[in-house]
This record gives sequence, C-alpha cells and structure tokens, in this order.
Amino acid sequence: MKGRTRDTFLLYAAVAAGSMIGSVLRALASFGSAGLWAGAFPLATLLVNVAGSFLIGFYATLTGPDGRVFAGPHQRQFFMAGFCGGLTTFSMFNLETLLLARTGELTAAGLNVAISVPSWLAAVWLGHILAMRLNRLRGSER
Amino acid sequence: MYHLFLVCVGAAFGGLARFLLSGFVGRRFGETFPWGTMVVNVTGGFAIGVVADAVMRYDMPAVWAFVITGGLGSYTTVSSFSLQTLALAREGSWLRAGGNMLLSVSLTLAAAALGLALAGLWIGGESL
Repeated sequence: MKGRTRDTFLLYAAVAAGSMIGSVLRALASFGSAGLWAGAFPLATLLVNVAGSFLIGFYATLTGPDGRVFAGPHQRQFFMAGFCGGLTTFSMFNLETLLLARTGELTAAGLNVAISVPSWLAAVWLGHILAMRLNRLRGSER
Repeated sequence: MYHLFLVCVGAAFGGLARFLLSGFVGRRFGETFPWGTMVVNVTGGFAIGVVADAVMRYDMPAVWAFVITGGLGSYTTVSSFSLQTLALAREGSWLRAGGNMLLSVSLTLAAAALGLALAGLWIGGESL
C-alpha cells in the first residue's frame, strides 16, 4: 500500500510538472506573438494547439504497444496528460473565437473555427503516421 | 517574470484537476466515448467566459495569468481531444468521431458564451 501511495504521488507530480512546462511554453508563445499580430487573428493559440496535437499523436504511437520506444506509465503521462495537455488549450480557443465574434469580426471568428479544428486533427494524424513509419523501420524489434 | 510564475502555479492545479476529473468521468461513464475530456473542456469553457468578463472589466493581469493562462489554459486540452477523435476514426467509429468533434466545438463555445453573458449580468448591468 505504501508503494502504491508513492506511485500515485509520483504520477500526479509527473502530470503537474508536465502541465507547468507546457503552459509556460504556451504563455511565451502568446507573449511572443502579441507584438507581431496584435489580436488580428489568434495565431499563437492555433500554433500551440497544432504543435500539441502533432506531438501527442507522434509520442502515443511511438511509445505505444507496437512502438519502437519504451516509455513507462509515468513518463507517458508526464508527456501526454502533462506537457501536451498544458501546451494546448481549448478554453482560450473558445474565448478568442467569441471575442472576435463580439467585436463584429464574424469572418475571423468563423475562420478561426474552420481552420483550427481541421488543423488539430490533421496534426495528430500526421504525428501518428510519422511514428508508424518509424515503428516499421528495420531494427524496431525489441 | 512574476506573471510567468503565476502561470506556472495555475498550470499545476489546472493540469491535475483535468487529469483527476477526466479520469473519474472516464471510469464512471466508460471509455467508448471521450466524455472525460468533453466535461473538462465544457466546464473550462464556461469558467473562462465568467473569469474573462470580470478580468476585462477590472483589468487584473495577475488574475489573467494565474486563472486564465495558467489554470484554465492547462485545465482544458486540445491534444487529448485530437488523440481521442483520431482513435475513434481509426477504429472505424466515424459517427462517434464526428459527433465528438461537433459536440465538443459547439458545447464549449456555447458554455463560454453563457459564461460571458452570465458574468455580465452578475457583475455589471450591460454586457461589454
């Protein structure tokens, strides 16, 4: 039981640590793009959500049951639930879309939805396909 | 730098809350449809509407960093949504994959709009 408690604590710590790193990167991306785009289009959020979707698709397949790389459960949750979860954000996508619509930029709001959702899904699929190719390369038996 | 620290602390709480709640909902309602991620994203959408309305009225950058960028930004997730939608599509559950996409986008947007509207009513008369 003691070992299990410690294991649970380590799992939570891994998720929290990954979330912190991912979120700080997301905040830096939004600070960095603020000067460039000045609210014309929420590009920083699109960028982190596409990057996070690609990375989770790639990592999940690369370290999955048929994967080339071994990762323990803590390591997987650190990266997937923690880092990718912290890097990506659904709520900021919602808020930015609504704020665009509210200021009368209906085209930009519609475009944000029409571009974002397919881009996220294309990115996760691309990451998955790329990792599948790597898994199939010679020497992947372990 | 101070704001980045606030983002960091908020993100730890948000990420853990997401992990615990989505895990709980998943175990409770089964994993055939990603209800856990849906519940997290819809509640997070509502919360960001409420908090953003308040923060934009009173200009509180520290609250924005801690609650919105850190807490709710980390609490909600696109990566799990993408991965779970891909998994549904790969197993041939196209209806579930499409349903997850449409429901997630429409419900989170509706929740955030409701949050903005309610906060406007609670806090100060007319909407921003």
